Amino acid sequence: MSEQTKIAEAPEQGVEIKDKAARDAAKRLETYEFGFSSDIEQEFAPKGLNEDTVRFISAKKNEPEWMLDWRLKAFRLWQTMEQPDWAKLDIPPIDYQDAYYYAAPKKKETLKSLDEVDPEILSVYNKLGIPIAEQEVLAGVEGARKVAVDAVFDSVSVATTFREELKKAGVIFLSISEAIREYPDLVRKWLGKVVPTRDNYFATLNCAVFSDGTFVYIPEGVRCPMELSTYFRINAENTGQFERTLIVADKGSYVSYLEGCTAPMRDENQLHAAVVELVALEDAEIKYSTVQNWYPGDADGKGGIYNFVTKRGLCQGDRSKISWTQVETGSAVTWKYPSCVLNGENSVGEFYSVAVTNNRQQADTGTKMIHNGKGTRSTIISKGISAGRSDNTYRGLVRVGPNAENTRNFTQCDSLLLGDECGAHTVPYIEVKNPTAQIEHEATTSKISDDQLFYAMQRGLDEEQAVALIVNGFAKEVMKQLPMEFAVEAQKLLAISLEGSVG
Amino acid sequence: MLKIENLHAEIDGKEILRGLNLEVNAGEIHAIMGPNGAGKSTLAYVLGGRPGYEVTQGSVTFNGEDLLAMEPHERAAAGTFLGFQYPVEIPGVSNVQFLREALNSQRKSRGEEPLSGGDFLKLAREKAALLKLDMDMLKRNVNVGFSGGEKKRAEMVQMGILDPKFAVLDETDSGLDIDALKTVGEGINAIMRKPDKAVLLITHYQRLLDYVKPDVVHVLAKGRIVKTGGPELALQLESEGYETVAA
Repeated sequence: MSEQTKIAEAPEQGVEIKDKAARDAAKRLETYEFGFSSDIEQEFAPKGLNEDTVRFISAKKNEPEWMLDWRLKAFRLWQTMEQPDWAKLDIPPIDYQDAYYYAAPKKKETLKSLDEVDPEILSVYNKLGIPIAEQEVLAGVEGARKVAVDAVFDSVSVATTFREELKKAGVIFLSISEAIREYPDLVRKWLGKVVPTRDNYFATLNCAVFSDGTFVYIPEGVRCPMELSTYFRINAENTGQFERTLIVADKGSYVSYLEGCTAPMRDENQLHAAVVELVALEDAEIKYSTVQNWYPGDADGKGGIYNFVTKRGLCQGDRSKISWTQVETGSAVTWKYPSCVLNGENSVGEFYSVAVTNNRQQADTGTKMIHNGKGTRSTIISKGISAGRSDNTYRGLVRVGPNAENTRNFTQCDSLLLGDECGAHTVPYIEVKNPTAQIEHEATTSKISDDQLFYAMQRGLDEEQAVALIVNGFAKEVMKQLPMEFAVEAQKLLAISLEGSVG
Repeated sequence: MLKIENLHAEIDGKEILRGLNLEVNAGEIHAIMGPNGAGKSTLAYVLGGRPGYEVTQGSVTFNGEDLLAMEPHERAAAGTFLGFQYPVEIPGVSNVQFLREALNSQRKSRGEEPLSGGDFLKLAREKAALLKLDMDMLKRNVNVGFSGGEKKRAEMVQMGILDPKFAVLDETDSGLDIDALKTVGEGINAIMRKPDKAVLLITHYQRLLDYVKPDVVHVLAKGRIVKTGGPELALQLESEGYETVAA
């Protein structure tokens, strides 16, 4: 493609443009449920990407010198790298200079609770339908399941709830900017240790310009008293979001972390390059669940989020466990491989994924299970659903190192096709350097059958209900891994994503 | 209740039904018998509204309404039910979930309140008992891993729960042993033998008719009803064969 993809236009504040944006947004709302744009004062870093941009971001965050150095080193490295092209994705060239790398809601004062959050921000969350569980907790309903929300709004955490209660348990749950200032030793010890600065083009870019994100530390022997939950939302027009998440579970601890995402409608393609690093020490367990429904672009593939994410978990300690569960329905382009590095003896890695693509969406997603320790085990269950003219690729690596005795992997990749213009692809890589390993791989590809559709419709379901039911059944093995609050949302999301895809 | 006039239907351009006429009144049970390839299953699918079965001529009305103009789910909500010869498996979806969604969807389009989880389970338990199907079977995924006989009994439990006014049962007796045949026959009577309901039983054999006594028996051959009579016609077919009777 000759024309470069614009990831940004100038953020003019003219009334005319605003009105036009409002008109356009209203038009688009008809097709995208979460397509609304809220009007909060922004502070932009100057357009483009150079060392000054990196210094600007670091200064905005009041970062210590070592952090700035770390960013600059990454930036210089990134300049020598090239965007990878091995994925089965057709991405127009991206002009990285034609974007804004930082936008933050203007801070009026330090907030103590969600009550003090800008009502407009809260109303955005209301439109997103933040689950009842949180609302109950916020309203102080006794016995309600506790979910702490660290709300990431356009790159900056504006409020953190339940910090006190978590503090009592010794759990640290902060925005990463705060953590860099308040717990520099802890952050410095682990930041970039799972996903090194030079890992890949997008991860390196993230190291240079990450604007905010989340830091979690669970101390030794502590079972985190609530589910931790972060709502990401890309709100500023034309700002890519570069989140950085670091979760460290110390010996014998447990944490379940939920990440949910929606983005408002955008015409321009928006760049998103997040990095998530997980560390599980001896006997620790981390469960990381994601529901992602960013704007996928319209039916012709215009607009939509470009999602280049590096997620990796390090099972460093013996008997540690990291489990990734993802339901991916959004984004125009998804490039994402949540992985586990199984160093500790008898450590366990799990990957459960549902990826839905419709219209012109492209997804190349899967996992890597790196077995280095003895007796390590991994499970991969991937369910790909393609509709419209979309392409959906599972790409997975299972690697067993020479010293990893008696390891086991089970992989199951199922693809479901709706219609005959979409594609499903399975690309498994298996590298085994130890003869005691047991590796199993099962793959199926099927079309949603006319028999099933007619049977369900003859019982009284309309076509969309029937498709939703069959698809949810297909994805059930993964859906049941989600925490309760998420499962219901995710089921609805599958149905919404596939509306109009049959018939 | 159901009126079929001069029905012509084809699949992939091949005409299967060639001018079929049939009228079923409330309170009646009709049996349709006929050799393989006569068009029995085609008739069932056309009444159910299966895509690919194209009606080229004729009409079907259900309680005066044009059945052929309705989508399959609208036909269900209107009170028709198709018992499948080969019930379909839906992996990952339990019978309970499937039927509750289906029933509530039907109720919604009729302007009725949805049935609560508790009320639904009560209803399901009652109908399962009627067909001697273990309730645990209904918690399993739709028809997945069911034996032939279990599928047919589950099919009748579905009918009991959805409570249609008119049912087309396509070879519901196939794959059943003697005991199951009796159970299914009694189930059909309990659910459908009512003054305001009617059934069209499609079958090859007389044996189901020992349990579900038809009021009218038709012989279908080459896409048309070629002979109509009382229950004795089924017995005659059984002893003399289709060729003699339908000739």
